[in-house]
Amino acid sequence: MHRGAGAYICGEETGLIESLEGKRAYPRIKPPYFPAVLGLYMCPTIVNNVETLCHVKHIVLMGPAEYAKLGTPNNTGTRIVSLSGDVQKPGYYEIQVGRVTLGELIFDNHFGGGLKPGRSLKAIIPGGSSSKVLKAGEVFKLNRKGADGQMTKVDVPLLDLPYDFDSLQQAGTMSGSSAIIVLDDSRSMVETLGNLSEFYAHESCGQCTPCREGALWLAKATHRLCHGEGRKADADYLTHIAQNIQGRTICAFGEAASWPVLSFVKKFRDEFEAQGAADEAAHAKSQGTSSPRSSDPRMTAGSPQTH
Amino acid sequence: MSAPAAPSTTPAPAPAPAAPPVETMTVTVNGKTLQVPKTMPDWQGKPAPTTMLQAAKIAGVDIPHYCYHDKLPVAGNCRMCLVEFGTPMVGPDRKPVLNEDGTPKIAKSVLPYEPGTPRGAIACATPISPGMEIYANSKATEQMRESVLESLLINHPLDCPICDQAGECKLQEYSVQHGKAGSQFVEAKVHKPKAVDLGPRIVLDDERCILCTRCIRFTRDIAGDDALGIVNRGSYNTISAFEPGKFDNNYTLNTVDLCPVGALTSKDFRFKMRVWFLKETKSLCTSCGTGCNITIGSREGAIHRYEPRENDAVNGPWMCDSGRLNYRWVGRADRLKQVLRTAADGTRQSVSWNTAIESAALILTQAPQGSVAFVVSGRQTNEELFLLKKLATHTGAMTDAVARDGEPDRLLVSEDRNPNSNGVRLTGMAFTEFGFNLTKIADGIAQGRIKTLVVFGEDVTRVGIGSELLAKLDALIVSDILPNATTAAATLLLPGAAHAEKRGTFVNVKGRLQKFHKAVEAPGEARAEWEFLHELVHSLTGHNGYRTIEGLFNQMAAEVPAFAGLEWAKVGDTGVTVQI
Repeated sequence: MHRGAGAYICGEETGLIESLEGKRAYPRIKPPYFPAVLGLYMCPTIVNNVETLCHVKHIVLMGPAEYAKLGTPNNTGTRIVSLSGDVQKPGYYEIQVGRVTLGELIFDNHFGGGLKPGRSLKAIIPGGSSSKVLKAGEVFKLNRKGADGQMTKVDVPLLDLPYDFDSLQQAGTMSGSSAIIVLDDSRSMVETLGNLSEFYAHESCGQCTPCREGALWLAKATHRLCHGEGRKADADYLTHIAQNIQGRTICAFGEAASWPVLSFVKKFRDEFEAQGAADEAAHAKSQGTSSPRSSDPRMTAGSPQTH
Repeated sequence: MSAPAAPSTTPAPAPAPAAPPVETMTVTVNGKTLQVPKTMPDWQGKPAPTTMLQAAKIAGVDIPHYCYHDKLPVAGNCRMCLVEFGTPMVGPDRKPVLNEDGTPKIAKSVLPYEPGTPRGAIACATPISPGMEIYANSKATEQMRESVLESLLINHPLDCPICDQAGECKLQEYSVQHGKAGSQFVEAKVHKPKAVDLGPRIVLDDERCILCTRCIRFTRDIAGDDALGIVNRGSYNTISAFEPGKFDNNYTLNTVDLCPVGALTSKDFRFKMRVWFLKETKSLCTSCGTGCNITIGSREGAIHRYEPRENDAVNGPWMCDSGRLNYRWVGRADRLKQVLRTAADGTRQSVSWNTAIESAALILTQAPQGSVAFVVSGRQTNEELFLLKKLATHTGAMTDAVARDGEPDRLLVSEDRNPNSNGVRLTGMAFTEFGFNLTKIADGIAQGRIKTLVVFGEDVTRVGIGSELLAKLDALIVSDILPNATTAAATLLLPGAAHAEKRGTFVNVKGRLQKFHKAVEAPGEARAEWEFLHELVHSLTGHNGYRTIEGLFNQMAAEVPAFAGLEWAKVGDTGVTVQI
């Protein structure tokens, strides 16, 4: 047993291995360093999540065939959902994969127990903070196998979306870590993204260029938007930055940092543009007399420069 | 396969083991299909799967990169070498999917979650696969480069006008080739430590650093000194020395060469000269017998820096700090600049080269056989030693050279601190062990048998032929570069040229014969020794040799067995190996 020191990047399996070897938790390049081939001290290594290991006991006790009857076809077994945000009963709930919908997870008394009084649903982050956000009222086209065995496209509203791997993937997001964050109408999507982006800037290991520079750039831009320094153009600006991170990094952190930005701006573009426009209008009104409302030196240190 | 072999009672003579054929693979780079080896040398020279970057290089396509260096372990962190690529499609039956014209259908690599967007691979670390297509200049590839450059520049101070790297900076070059003129960046830049004193020879500007980790990898994996690392996290990542100010192995300045930007600078060179003013001359380091290949950067007769010049047969791309910084003596104010002759009354007079050569020829002609001795230096060139040997043979002289030993290291520094000890041996001026004849020469002088001593490039007072012995000589002919006790006692002083001021060849400790060229002019009346030695040989023997270094080298090659068959013009920039 070796206790980690708590860096987010150590959740990346090769970063974890480097850390275990006593080095900086820099994820390794793949190829060639796939842990099953070249892992800890360059030996074949299996890296598993705690959740995966928890299933082992049940698979052994029940037998694989019985265990596979849990859940739904192709999405078997159980998952432990970590429900948080604006629900009455946040907490951990173990569900059979695909047997429970997002709506049930939020509103059913066995689970979230509904939103807070007088509030309405705004958005759901369905699989950890890096998964793409889903907007209240969205309807997704899902492949469903009919009684005749043929695949057909079926309209599925957000709250009827079964909580399983395939359905969430088809809805353009993922069940990821199965940590669900529920946002009600009291939440500003701009500020929520500001919070997420600051987290990713803080946790980027800084090994590779797009994520190292891009994650903090995203944090600074969202910080501006959250502190009265936004611009109408920031919606496109954020998208531009995030698109240049995803798919270009050593590990999946690049996606983790950029997907919230891409999905928030795509689905709540009006909010970002309204915030930017409001800030610009306020600035125009008080030409020269306003000063930045942020006091975070990391975000605003030095004179703003361009090149 | 299983056909029975024809019975044979007289087996055919075993064929000479031929080199196994190089296994190749077909790849396409920018539309050009070619065969490339399946494996190529990795940073340590061991065979490893050929990478996209190596395949592209074979195809004549350069893929821009920062962190990749062919002599360092791959890091894959800069992302500058991201390229769009495709691989042949395979059907569910594991057979290739073909186009209508029968050619294999290529599946371009795309983001799994966004199939419309190309997914790049880092060319430095991605092995090629059969039929792979590399799109090194496609729109998608160029867009990836542009975005990586934008990321690298947002927190860069953009202080090119005061940066020593300007003019030889990969950030500048790639920005011009692949970057955008403007940036959308409107935030405050990250500020990091400036002018960090990493060690006695290195200053680091962390704001210019692009965190490619070349310096860390070189220092850890080549120099064997785990002295550098990264502190902090994310965009605040900062290169730092384990002990601040103590980054002090003998190879630290290689990190300045390796640094693709202006982050690591040499204390010796920074703020002294804009690199585009420097004339570059191919030369050799003379600080030890390894003979590292160097490029001399000079301007208007002054040397400003040595840099290693890559030669895998000798030094790879590296050189040691002590050798690199050992150039200031060339420009020393007290260099010997005058041809001097001691008159009968003991006064020293400045004379012309003609007078001096006539005078030397007269001394050597009149000296009885056996009354002359030569002490030469392992710092002279082969050509000079070849001419000195002619003089020694003509006068029946005893000869020797002076050993110069020091502590070797595990990388480049040789125990032999003479650059051309093997040249001395091959031209026959000394035995394998130097110094064998020095005591005999000293005895000869003491006993009055030796009346004339010729010394080239050494201070004999330090090797047992003291001033009191020198005073007993009739004639002391000395050529050197800097003053010493021997030059002070010379009856005829012939100022010579530093290696940077002439052309010639050395043979290193491993038998590599290498050329060097002239970077700067010799000061005052000082001349390349081979020039005046040629005149002296002519005056003494009547044999006219060649008046050019090319001709002289070729004449030497014809007469010295070890150099047989060589020609100046055929000795390339990285030299040839001779039998030692």
